[in-house]
Amino acid sequence: MKTFYWLVKREFWEHRGGFFWAPIVTGGIFLLLNIMGIITAEVLGASHGISIGASGGLKQVITQMDAGDMSKVGLALDVAMYSAMGLLIVVLGFVVFFYCLGALYDDRRDRSILFWKSLPISDASTVLSKVVSATVLAPVIAIVVGIVVGMLQLLIVAITLSFHGVNVWQLLVLAHPFKVMFNLIGYTPLYVLWALPAVGWLLLCSAWARNKPFLWAVALPVATGLLISWFGIMGLFNLPTTWFWRNVVQRSLFSVFPGTGSLFGGMPHNVSNIDGLSVLDLSTTYQLLGSPDLWIGVAAGAALLAGAIWFRRWRDDS
Amino acid sequence: MSAVITASGLSKHYKSSLALDDVSFQIEPGRIVGLIGPNGAGKTTALKAILGLTDFTGELNVLGFDPRKQRDKLMGEVCFIADVAVLPRWIRVSEVVDFVAHVHPRFDRAKCEAFLARTKLQAGQRVRQMSKGMIVQLHLALVMAIDAKLLILDEPTLGLDILYRKQFYQNLLEDYFDENKTIIVTTHQVEEVEHILTDLMFIRDGKIVLDADMDAVGERFIEVMVNADKADAARGLKPLDERQVFGKSIFLFDGVGRDVLEPLGEIRRPSISDLFVATMKGTYA
Repeated sequence: MKTFYWLVKREFWEHRGGFFWAPIVTGGIFLLLNIMGIITAEVLGASHGISIGASGGLKQVITQMDAGDMSKVGLALDVAMYSAMGLLIVVLGFVVFFYCLGALYDDRRDRSILFWKSLPISDASTVLSKVVSATVLAPVIAIVVGIVVGMLQLLIVAITLSFHGVNVWQLLVLAHPFKVMFNLIGYTPLYVLWALPAVGWLLLCSAWARNKPFLWAVALPVATGLLISWFGIMGLFNLPTTWFWRNVVQRSLFSVFPGTGSLFGGMPHNVSNIDGLSVLDLSTTYQLLGSPDLWIGVAAGAALLAGAIWFRRWRDDS
Repeated sequence: MSAVITASGLSKHYKSSLALDDVSFQIEPGRIVGLIGPNGAGKTTALKAILGLTDFTGELNVLGFDPRKQRDKLMGEVCFIADVAVLPRWIRVSEVVDFVAHVHPRFDRAKCEAFLARTKLQAGQRVRQMSKGMIVQLHLALVMAIDAKLLILDEPTLGLDILYRKQFYQNLLEDYFDENKTIIVTTHQVEEVEHILTDLMFIRDGKIVLDADMDAVGERFIEVMVNADKADAARGLKPLDERQVFGKSIFLFDGVGRDVLEPLGEIRRPSISDLFVATMKGTYA
């Protein structure tokens, strides 16, 4: 267990840039863009003589809001918090994707694998530490950064409005930052399961490819998909084209992007009945656990990881 | 004491070539074995087999482990320095010491830090900022702090200047080696390890062509400097090798008695490099 902790720590040391600085920089840029937007609005507003709040308009609106309106304000604030996360999630997807591709390849290329293999660590622990780094460590850091950025975002909105004489602090109470945090952090275990086939596939390519793991990882499923589609178009065989693209190509490459499980996976069909952001509530997202897609993916991921461990053990090209 | 390494019938095929051809040998504890051979002779393959880094056919027992199945356990007892460039370039001195200290049960941190204090290495320095000589100092400090039974060195001083090379072997002998430890070293710089080896193994085309301890080598191989008038007599004794220096011929004999050779000229012990060159004649032809 102690060894495993240090293996994960080692991954963090090596990938501090992707795991730690990438979300922080992204969050910073997000906030900066927001501040710039607000300043632009202020400057334009001032030059056109439009003034929110000062005339008491907004103030009046707030005092006249009923409970339903209030909940909409809360919703809008929650969206503001989630929106910070949205950008981070895209960045996280790319970080995890390329991390997995390099994780078992880079040290073979620079021969430092000879150093790692000179330590009493099993190849299974090594590979699993990389799985944990990709599916737990990286998302948790991104989520924590996302929550901080989301909070700052709320704060910026509140401060801006308070310059206009609107006391928005009371409005902030309407937001559900803790629910948002809970939903985001609680999503991580689901992400582990959903991302497993992609992580498994990418790590397998990383452990197996003698060169250009990216090309192999992408070209193999896509080329197979194209072949199947081609046969499908010619009507030669009745191959399940859509099924293949959706369940093999997509799962093996894009499952590392958080949220794709809810988008493409076994989402409940009555989505339209769910109002607003409760789509992101754990009670909704975890309905994915009932989908066979998820569990078949987990099984495939486990098999691919077993392959990655085998190649890590026996690939001999250093 | 039982042997540290027992190999019998070790073979390894690569696609187009035979890297190890039915090799058998035994290495006893407390020895420093030089594994010497031309490029592509199978030295590195043999070491990789011992370290569990490659698959092979035949029997191999290293410290009671089968390297194919128990590499991670074996690595608790074995240390390994491949040529200098294998420490990850992104890692810092403090990180690598921390990491090894926590994953290696036989690592003595204080000892490692004492070795590092004797160098110019800084805790925050990354491997990519170091010269080759500093990298090997760092690797050696890590390895010497591990109380391992077997140390394997594959071209450990490749590309180092003479100061670092001398210091490397000096540290190894003074601070590391004792009768419970065994060292296997491969190198092309034969003259540098000559005086520290206790055993010598020559490998050529995947076969072991010489496996003897240094005393036996000294008795078996004799070099004689012969004047031109006795050269024909010397040739009659089937020398391994003949070369000309200052109008005299130097002959290298294998297994010819000292009493037979003494009348021919001045007798001396051949250097390992001369022995190597004579033994490997025609390798690249």
